[in-house]
Amino acid sequence: MASDLFTRWRYKLVPDKIVGEILSKSWVDNAIPFLFLMIALAVFGALLPSMFTAGSMSGMTRTAGEYLLVALGLTIVIMAGGIDLSVGSVFALANLSMLALGGVVGLPWGVAALVVLAMGGLIGLVNGVLIGYLRLRAFLTTLVMLIIVRAVTDTLLLSYSKDITSVQIMSPVWEFLAFKTVFGVAPSFLVALALAALAHFVLTRLRPGWHILAVGGSRRAAHNAGIDVRRTVCLTYVISGALAAAAGIFYAARLASLGNDTGLGLEITILTAVVLGGTSLGGGRGSVFKTVLGVIIVVIITNSLIRLGLRSGASSLVLGTILLMAVAIDVRWLKNRAKLLARSYVAPTYFALPPLQKVSRAPDTPYAINDLLSDAEPIGVGQVDGPEDVILDAEGNLYCGSRDGDIIRFLAPDHKVREVYAHIGGSTLGLAFDRDGSLLVCVGGMGLYKVTRAREVIKLSDETTRSWLSIVDDSRMRLADDLDIAPDGRVFFSEATIRYEMHDWIIDALEGRGNGRIICYDPRDGSSRTVLSGRQFPNGICMVPDGQSFLFAETWGCRISRFYYDGPKRGRVEAVIPDLPGYPDNINLASDGNFWCGIIGMRAPAFDLAQKMPKFRKHMVMQIARDEWLYPNMNTGGVIKFDLSGKIVQSLWDGVGERHPQVTSIREHKGYLYLGGIFNNRIGRYKIPGADPEWTGPGAYWGAKP
Amino acid sequence: MSGSSGRGRFGQEEIIFAIAVIVFGVFSVMVPDFLSAGNIVSMVQSVSVLGILGLGMAITILGRGVDLSMVASMSVAIAWMLVQLNAGAPLVQALPMAIAFSVLVGIINGVLVAYVEIPAIFATLAIGVTVYGFGKFFLVESDVNHLPEAWRWLADMVAARPLGVPVPVIAFLGCAAVAHLGLRYLRDGRFIYAMGDNPIAARTTGVPVRVMMVLQYVISALIALLAGLIMTMLVTSMNTRIVSGTLVYDVILVVVLGGISLSGGRGGILSVVVGTLLIGIMLNGMTMLNLTYTAQNVIKALILLLALVLDTLINPRDEQTAQQGDI
Repeated sequence: MASDLFTRWRYKLVPDKIVGEILSKSWVDNAIPFLFLMIALAVFGALLPSMFTAGSMSGMTRTAGEYLLVALGLTIVIMAGGIDLSVGSVFALANLSMLALGGVVGLPWGVAALVVLAMGGLIGLVNGVLIGYLRLRAFLTTLVMLIIVRAVTDTLLLSYSKDITSVQIMSPVWEFLAFKTVFGVAPSFLVALALAALAHFVLTRLRPGWHILAVGGSRRAAHNAGIDVRRTVCLTYVISGALAAAAGIFYAARLASLGNDTGLGLEITILTAVVLGGTSLGGGRGSVFKTVLGVIIVVIITNSLIRLGLRSGASSLVLGTILLMAVAIDVRWLKNRAKLLARSYVAPTYFALPPLQKVSRAPDTPYAINDLLSDAEPIGVGQVDGPEDVILDAEGNLYCGSRDGDIIRFLAPDHKVREVYAHIGGSTLGLAFDRDGSLLVCVGGMGLYKVTRAREVIKLSDETTRSWLSIVDDSRMRLADDLDIAPDGRVFFSEATIRYEMHDWIIDALEGRGNGRIICYDPRDGSSRTVLSGRQFPNGICMVPDGQSFLFAETWGCRISRFYYDGPKRGRVEAVIPDLPGYPDNINLASDGNFWCGIIGMRAPAFDLAQKMPKFRKHMVMQIARDEWLYPNMNTGGVIKFDLSGKIVQSLWDGVGERHPQVTSIREHKGYLYLGGIFNNRIGRYKIPGADPEWTGPGAYWGAKP
Repeated sequence: MSGSSGRGRFGQEEIIFAIAVIVFGVFSVMVPDFLSAGNIVSMVQSVSVLGILGLGMAITILGRGVDLSMVASMSVAIAWMLVQLNAGAPLVQALPMAIAFSVLVGIINGVLVAYVEIPAIFATLAIGVTVYGFGKFFLVESDVNHLPEAWRWLADMVAARPLGVPVPVIAFLGCAAVAHLGLRYLRDGRFIYAMGDNPIAARTTGVPVRVMMVLQYVISALIALLAGLIMTMLVTSMNTRIVSGTLVYDVILVVVLGGISLSGGRGGILSVVVGTLLIGIMLNGMTMLNLTYTAQNVIKALILLLALVLDTLINPRDEQTAQQGDI
């Protein structure tokens, strides 16, 4: 149909999935301030062509340096869950004291600066003790501190302003701070940037920084984890006070003047910068880099407003509006980000399945339903939880995975005794024995592991090559599913999807896109590389005994294909069964040279149709609750036996659906078929009429043991 | 839920009242003329405006909010009204416009707090800055705006003293009585207490918390407007620079001092009256002692700090129900 053709190309050409993948990245938080910066640059660049000249830029870096110092302190305080409004007054007091100590009192400028820094830290300490130790409200406490320090500054100003302005600080370094630039950048900005880098390092790499973020993220949890919450909070205010004083010192160097409007409203400006950058009020989220971005934006805006010569009030109006907008975006974004992400991440695409084969009780069809599996004897009922894969060793011991992270062994000959063979820590999805009898395991969410005969668990691989254009990090393995081992020892294993975590595996079905891949682990050099990608939930893998190819099942694709990893057809994929009526899972060898394959669920016309309607599935995901979505049927299935030409030799079902309604794994061993199911509470054992009673899997792979 | 917290024998109100009496006594000994009728009248008159503002602030704080934009919205609305009057507009046009402006500011505050979920203290601070900037940029050109001669009779009316009691004091006591009765006997008043006590429980019980929050900020903006009107009539002008002063913190001081808890739901209108009394006495006494404005600020700020410490000690913040990020 023409509309199908259109839909197919529309979804082939437009990569919808990148929206959700970008949203899932943490750097997307920086996108809004960055956009803001670009807009500010464009608007004011157009209004004020002279703004981007070298002179004007270096002038702006002087302001930016002072702002950045104050903003760094405020960022640290906010990240720890507080707020410091007293910075504006501390800034003013530092300016005054610096000029007084360096000028009138005549201290060397370095000593004076140290004294001023200590004074800033001391005011911060008072804040810190009140807020951290006495647990006062940060907002009001620092507001009061703002008033007190401002009043003290005003009092001093009234009495001593004449004396102070009459004496200048004389020192070459002071002159340098005041007037010189380094490559057009003010020294204050360089100092601020260096401190920003240091703060970034401390916050992201060192223990005190982690403590600050932990306290901001959750005070109670931090306390329970043994962090001294009170001291951490107190410390942030000390830092903030000292940094505000440092900014005041640079201001003193720059202007050497006193005024009763110094630092007035600075706290609002700085707060705007910090919040605009994307540091969240309330703590726990933010970064120094964001603050740098926010400061640059605010400096450009305030500077431009001054140059535009607008009436008084304009800058209050603009800053207040930006502040409100930034906070509103921050609050809404924090609240809805997870919801938005969960919904926009699912990106369905067009997928047309081949016509549905008839499955009924009519005896002449290849998939004729019967009740053969209803008679399978149960093993370990209630002792296993979701044995996705089962395997038997040469001695006849039965191994299976389990949802609780163990590999469980039932001892030969009667499989009555259960023991935990190894604790692996993840959901075991694929099992295979190698030549020396070690058990190789695919663990969902973890990767490829090996359990030696001495029961030692060794990690073989949990990452592969990262593809350059993938937005999600596809180097880590999210869902290693099934594996098989080539005669030369290379391990080929499937990773069902790179876009979903283990517990969301079924959502991958809604996308209808090939998100999975097959990876080859080479034990000779320990490397892993992707050999086949873009497959629809590749699941079972089974070596063909020709030594150059294997079969693999694509669950959502409802097909079984053959991949040549060696030989003349190397790299080619051939279809074996393109049109299964159900969703295939693991594939394993049969004693007569054919292959067994477990069917985990059956196709249904409604879901098949939905796969051709990506828009419908998108609507569904966006508009209704996750529990109500249309999922593929995972309730009924069976076992098929097929040959390499794709002919169905036999099919086994549990028509009653009591013991093995669906099957994810099958192993033949000495005339019996062992059945596993990911939703089942048992392993089944079915006697195959006429099967070779001596045939074992390890024997078929590695030959009889001497 | 009455004013006293009921924890000890004496609630905060009683303590503050006692302190007020003591301070009054000390000042009457120390400061000559403190007890003169003229001084007492001017004292209660000047403090009435603060008290009325305190009533609005008290209502928002009782509902676990706070309104830092009161002074800004008041001064801009009144100044705009004066600008219009000076331009020849009649009062019946200028006053409703000022009222509309105040209501709008209240609604914006309420929406930002209730629906956008910005912390109240932050939203109202930013709105205060924005409203001031908006007013200065679009509505009011100069800082000081005088009441035109044609409307001086209004000022005279406010300056009148029926039965020897100044009109501002009557207004304050009237407002306090209305607010007290409203909070105690009206359904919406009880809702405000319920919200302040436990917003989530109130919401679960069926209190329209968001609508009530908007209402709360509209009320505080309107009360601020009334206070502004009285203030203007007393001095026949409005200076928009009071926005950058410390008036709004004086208002918080009055409220917190009297025993209204910043975490909401505790305290009553009586607390505002008592707090106003103490602050009024102190401001007047300090002025008469010739303390400078900045020194008075330091003293007031220290008292506020002390009140905050007391508030934290008497009404400790509950770690279990305190919200993360409640600053």
